[in-house]
Amino acid sequence: MSDLLSISDLERADVEQLLDLTDHFVEVSARPIPKVPALRGKTVVSLFYEDSTRTRLSFETAAKRLSADTMNFSVSTSSVKKGESLRDTALTIEAMGIDCIVVRHKSAGVPWQLTRWVDAAVVNAGDGWHEHPTQALLDCYTLRQKRGSLDGMHIAIVGDVKHSRVARSDIAAFTKLGAEVTVVAPPTLLPPAIETYPVKVSHDLDAVLPSVDAVYLLRMQRERMTEALLPSLREYTSTYGLTVARAELLRDDATVMHPGPMNRGVEIDGDIADFDRSVIVDQVRNGVSVRMAVLFLLLGSGSDLHNAIPASESEERSA
Amino acid sequence: MSAAPAFVVKGGRLVDATGVRSGDVVVGDDGSIVAVGPDLSAPETLDAAGCVVSPGFVDIHSHLREPGKEEAETVETGARGAAVGGYTCILAMPNTTPAIDSASVVREVLDLGRSAPCDVRTSGAITVGRAGSQLAPMAELAGLGVTLFTDDGAGVQDNLLMRRAMEYAAGLGVTLAQHCEDDALCGGGHMHEGEWSSRLGIAGQPAEAEELMVMRDIALARLTGAKLHFQHMSTAGSLAMIAGAKAAGLDITCESTTHHFTLTHANCATYDPVFKVNPPLRTDEDVAAVKAGIGNGTVDCIATDHAPHTPDDKIQPFDEAPPGMLGLETALALALTELDLEIEQIVGLLSWKPAAIIGADDRHGRPIAEGNPANLCVFDPDEEWTIDGAAMQSKSRNTPYAGRRVRGRVRHTILEGEAVVRNGEPTR
Repeated sequence: MSDLLSISDLERADVEQLLDLTDHFVEVSARPIPKVPALRGKTVVSLFYEDSTRTRLSFETAAKRLSADTMNFSVSTSSVKKGESLRDTALTIEAMGIDCIVVRHKSAGVPWQLTRWVDAAVVNAGDGWHEHPTQALLDCYTLRQKRGSLDGMHIAIVGDVKHSRVARSDIAAFTKLGAEVTVVAPPTLLPPAIETYPVKVSHDLDAVLPSVDAVYLLRMQRERMTEALLPSLREYTSTYGLTVARAELLRDDATVMHPGPMNRGVEIDGDIADFDRSVIVDQVRNGVSVRMAVLFLLLGSGSDLHNAIPASESEERSA
Repeated sequence: MSAAPAFVVKGGRLVDATGVRSGDVVVGDDGSIVAVGPDLSAPETLDAAGCVVSPGFVDIHSHLREPGKEEAETVETGARGAAVGGYTCILAMPNTTPAIDSASVVREVLDLGRSAPCDVRTSGAITVGRAGSQLAPMAELAGLGVTLFTDDGAGVQDNLLMRRAMEYAAGLGVTLAQHCEDDALCGGGHMHEGEWSSRLGIAGQPAEAEELMVMRDIALARLTGAKLHFQHMSTAGSLAMIAGAKAAGLDITCESTTHHFTLTHANCATYDPVFKVNPPLRTDEDVAAVKAGIGNGTVDCIATDHAPHTPDDKIQPFDEAPPGMLGLETALALALTELDLEIEQIVGLLSWKPAAIIGADDRHGRPIAEGNPANLCVFDPDEEWTIDGAAMQSKSRNTPYAGRRVRGRVRHTILEGEAVVRNGEPTR
């Protein structure tokens, strides 16, 4: 693997390899000094054309824990504002000798375009409505951590699937790993040709909830109201929001997930976000380890895992 | 006083609206055909052995970008590419900057075309600035020779305004042509709405956005009796409606582009904006319907919708890049390679049929016969070659066919008796 562009491009074995690798970095992240020399001398640049705090910080933390140097190309204060093209920006950054570009862009496909222009590894940190592969990997990892395996699980993905890169990546990842997925949304928020996706479709959340092992709530964006996709947020919450009353329909062992940032009181009730079946904080925590695994796989090629990740000093001393 | 023979086009198979036969064609120094028959000679010879000799092609849908976007194409470079593609007449689309909506811009484009190696004619805009709110001075432009009006690049959205345009055009005897896209239903879509737009996460526009406007315009044509031409028809539904309207006796014609019978929305999978075009590349079923329509006469002619864009414009993200692709230098080869039709049918779709739609049949698309203007194309229908954007005459490189093997190549193009393309190379 030389880039991570989408989940759809990956085989089940690729996804499993990344999740297995993540175990090692979860262990590293739990150490008192969560830092290993695996990517010393490598440079990772984050090129974010869209505002994002959590994903960018997660990637930067991951790179730093691997001892890579990190650069942050801030689009809002850069030459892009002066009209520089995407290609020129990419070539300029690459000329500085970087090894990896972590890119987020509002336009689908930009990571593919970058791979045509640069030799550096490209990691898709979200392209338009298309894909957000590391989010899907951390979601899978979190579910695996909680449940052991996704095989045979039933997962409901609820909300604005049409405009969601998280949904596209999660559908691909969950089904590759053997889960059954039901998307639950009003028809206006489903992508075209939904029948070509490997999912079931429902417009009745109450009917779906009792049978799911996990419910994944997507963020509902306010601008969807102005596009006549929904009458109001109030109506959305009353039909598709995970309210306290509706959560009663969930099995006791069902898991609640959300990619963040949450609109408390819209797609998810604030009390549910905080309750014990919710793994929303685990998702964020695992995000760093998953991204360490991705960066290590792309940039640490050839290096032996045990040399790259030496046991921590405390362990050595106790040994 | 008759013209002196200048050169003979020797050894070809003559294909025109009267049929197919062998023969040599002698072109006179006055630009006309002076003799047609076996074993003719003249001071100079253009070899046509193994070739088809046909009337020059006519493209009724070329974006020449001048004035306003000369870095992408000029009238001259567009015309040169057209000549290499076998065209002797092209019709400029009005979405320039400023738009071709006034006498002065019409004169500018025609002036620029006078020295070009192709007969450059121009359409006029239906509305001022192509803004869709006020009629352009159609009578004045018709007085300068404009025969076809369109807001191409956009459709006229307002129902009443389109009705008025049709009524007004009918009084002038000119043709209205429509780029059919209902803007509201398109909703800012950048490709065909379907399985591929969904998978790629790109906003789509449904086939119905085109079909709604076709449906409306057929109704308005019935109401007004106007002569109406549908540009770049791309969906099975549109063609079915047009077939019905023609059967009902309405004065309607339509064109399809080469890309709508050779490419599908699946081509967008690489996110390369070279495949972005309006109307968008559609499904396999639509491609089959376009091919069927071309074969059964529902489609009156093949047009290129030649739309040059600079490399800088076409390396933008898919949703930000402008729509459009090159076409003039590849249309013949794609038609010969992809359409399972008789040679005279293909030549007709490229030549006398489009000539008639824009009233260019005074000089183009005419039978290869003594006394007619020598506007001819000589092409080898069997020559195989590989399409290469860098080898094109266009100022731009945005061909979606780079690397594609095709069959059929223009050897010579003769414009008003002058060989403006010889052995595939432009002479000026």
